[in-house]
Amino acid sequence: MSAVEEVVTEAPAVEAVPKRAMTLGLGTSLVVLGALVLAPLFVKNFIIFQMTMLLIYGLAVLALNILTGGSGQFSLGQSAFYAVGAYTSAILMEHAGMNYALTLPIAGLICFAFGFAFGQPALRLSGIYLALATFALAVAMPQLLKLHFVEHWTGGVQGLVVTKPDAPFGLPMGQDMWLYYFTLVITIGIYIASVNLLRSRSGRAFMAIRDNEIAASAMGVDVALYKTLAFGVSAGITGVAGGLGAIAVQFVAPDSYTITLAISLFLGMVVGGVGWLPGSIVGAAFIIFVPNIAESISKGLSGAVFGVLLFIVIFLVPHGARQIAIVAQQVLSKFKK
Amino acid sequence: MSAINLRLGAFAAALALLAATSSGALAQKKYDTGASDTEIKIGNIMPYSGPASAYGVIGKTEEAYFRKINAEGGINGRKINFVSYDDAYSPPKTVEQARKLVESDEVLLVFNSLGTPPNTAIQKYLNSKKVPQLFVATGATKWNDPKDFPWTMGWQPNYQSESQIYAKYILKNYPNAKIGILYQNDDYGKDYLKGFKDGLGAKAASMIVLEESYEVSQPTIDSHIVKLKSSGADVFFNITTPKFAAQAIKKNMEIGWKPLHFLNNVSASIGSVMKPAGFENAQDIISSQYFKDPTDAQWKNDAAMKAWNEFLDKYYPEANRADASVMYAYIVSQGLVHVLKACGDDLTRANVMKQAASIKDLELNGLLPGVKVNTSATDFAPLSQLQLIRFKGENWERFGEILSGDVGG
Repeated sequence: MSAVEEVVTEAPAVEAVPKRAMTLGLGTSLVVLGALVLAPLFVKNFIIFQMTMLLIYGLAVLALNILTGGSGQFSLGQSAFYAVGAYTSAILMEHAGMNYALTLPIAGLICFAFGFAFGQPALRLSGIYLALATFALAVAMPQLLKLHFVEHWTGGVQGLVVTKPDAPFGLPMGQDMWLYYFTLVITIGIYIASVNLLRSRSGRAFMAIRDNEIAASAMGVDVALYKTLAFGVSAGITGVAGGLGAIAVQFVAPDSYTITLAISLFLGMVVGGVGWLPGSIVGAAFIIFVPNIAESISKGLSGAVFGVLLFIVIFLVPHGARQIAIVAQQVLSKFKK
Repeated sequence: MSAINLRLGAFAAALALLAATSSGALAQKKYDTGASDTEIKIGNIMPYSGPASAYGVIGKTEEAYFRKINAEGGINGRKINFVSYDDAYSPPKTVEQARKLVESDEVLLVFNSLGTPPNTAIQKYLNSKKVPQLFVATGATKWNDPKDFPWTMGWQPNYQSESQIYAKYILKNYPNAKIGILYQNDDYGKDYLKGFKDGLGAKAASMIVLEESYEVSQPTIDSHIVKLKSSGADVFFNITTPKFAAQAIKKNMEIGWKPLHFLNNVSASIGSVMKPAGFENAQDIISSQYFKDPTDAQWKNDAAMKAWNEFLDKYYPEANRADASVMYAYIVSQGLVHVLKACGDDLTRANVMKQAASIKDLELNGLLPGVKVNTSATDFAPLSQLQLIRFKGENWERFGEILSGDVGG
């Protein structure tokens, strides 16, 4: 717990309302948004696919950010929620013939319920113990998906192949580009909703619990409710990300959702800056692109190179992308003066 | 009238001649993305990191083999540019890497990508892009499906045909056997199990007395062996990966269970299974093979084995020569080189598949004597022959004929 506290309360604690600490300024947001909207028009389909995956992992990191950065609870089990979301979408699309867009809210709801339910026992645990409990969830999930009695639905170890949707209304764009914009709209929607959530009464309750549980409950915050709620919201968003991931990758299999995924998401959150929502995208970029960079440096030692790069990042900017953003902001404001 | 006809005829003839010469000129050199006068770009995806990283040695051996081919002048004067990426055995990463290979690196084909889940993840994509997914490195049965997936082709004898061979052997020689089975609870184990039951046919229900499964994450399988012994089985079909196979063989001896022991080919390695399990414990185990085990002393002076050693000395000296994957990669690389040579100057994706689907009785260095590569427009399973082997002393002894069991996906 103390690590999170330290990370989250360090630099921007001077500001009265942690608005700035959570988001980017309006101008910067618009520039980023413009880049995200326009970029696909100029790049190859493969890059568009990577950008789609970037948004999807960004969503999943964002979800973890709400849980850890917002309410101060650790989770190494996000891959389990991601898997449930992915499988929900895949099963509904392939077995029930449902439209892909409709499967996402269902995936979100199921994961919300799943996360909320898991949040109940998690109440008794905190800090590293909670991390371990969620870790158990992540380890169990791939095997649960192979269980004999769900195999008919999940396809067992063989997984399920998902059909990729075409652009609707005869829009003149390829599948990849359509899926990118579809994902972008959902991501922006969830991002705005998350920012609002954290600025709302519930969000303040989350942060009060994060900073001091006893003080929060003394102030009348229902600690049990808000802790489980944070789990539910986080799991729900992760589920939507999982559903989108299944559609983008066109395939779900137990091997896709191992503990490695959970750790990657955790890593993405730390690199992006704990509690800083825009950092989620930066963190996602780190977990997607840095392994590729590491591989291009040395194939046999890609893991080691990745480790060194990660070490450098954590050593130089321990608070992740947020720290860079703050420094950049300070430099800019100096120029303005 | 006749004059016009004559003129038309002459015109048509001239046109035909023109067409013939121009198509002749085209037929000389035809390229798809990824091939040119100087280069053939081959894509590959391997788990260099992650849980299946032991197989990464396949990619390294292939890279070394293509270096050898290039050093010897390449294929019809063209150098092979082998682009191999790491997917860590994670299907979403495989999709990303496959798209990178096809759309960014623009390879001619994807060769020998490893693992059943990763290959399933990219099969639809590669087929819709009409990019050959050639000689996939998995023993699953579903790759032999030219009707639905005309751009995907398997390579090694698949698990189902192998276990059918054991089933037929049991039916013929031990019709009253009581069979106990131990299998790994994943696609590989279940594929073997299915082939075995199909092979036994109607008698499967009465002959199999116990099926036990284990998870690959389990540290030991001892309790399963004890259970199998107490079931009274006198034939044991052992569907396990090398570590567990060695454990099973040892445990059998410890508890004094001596069934007729069938061991899947996955674990038929002397170096990594029989030796650690103890030669004295492994006597009379039956398995099957299609290529020469490099740790088997009987091939010491074999010409193919010498060529293999020379290749490794020169291009991949740090290779572990007891690792069957090195031999596997050596053989499959020769298969690709054969296909590319057969393509001549017509290096289109369609022609690659056409040549890959018309291999006749091809013998490659490293395959057992008599085992040949055969494909056709309806048979996308290049290797489907195996020979039964029995462990005697410190070697495998081949017995019986070369058997084949083609199973479609």
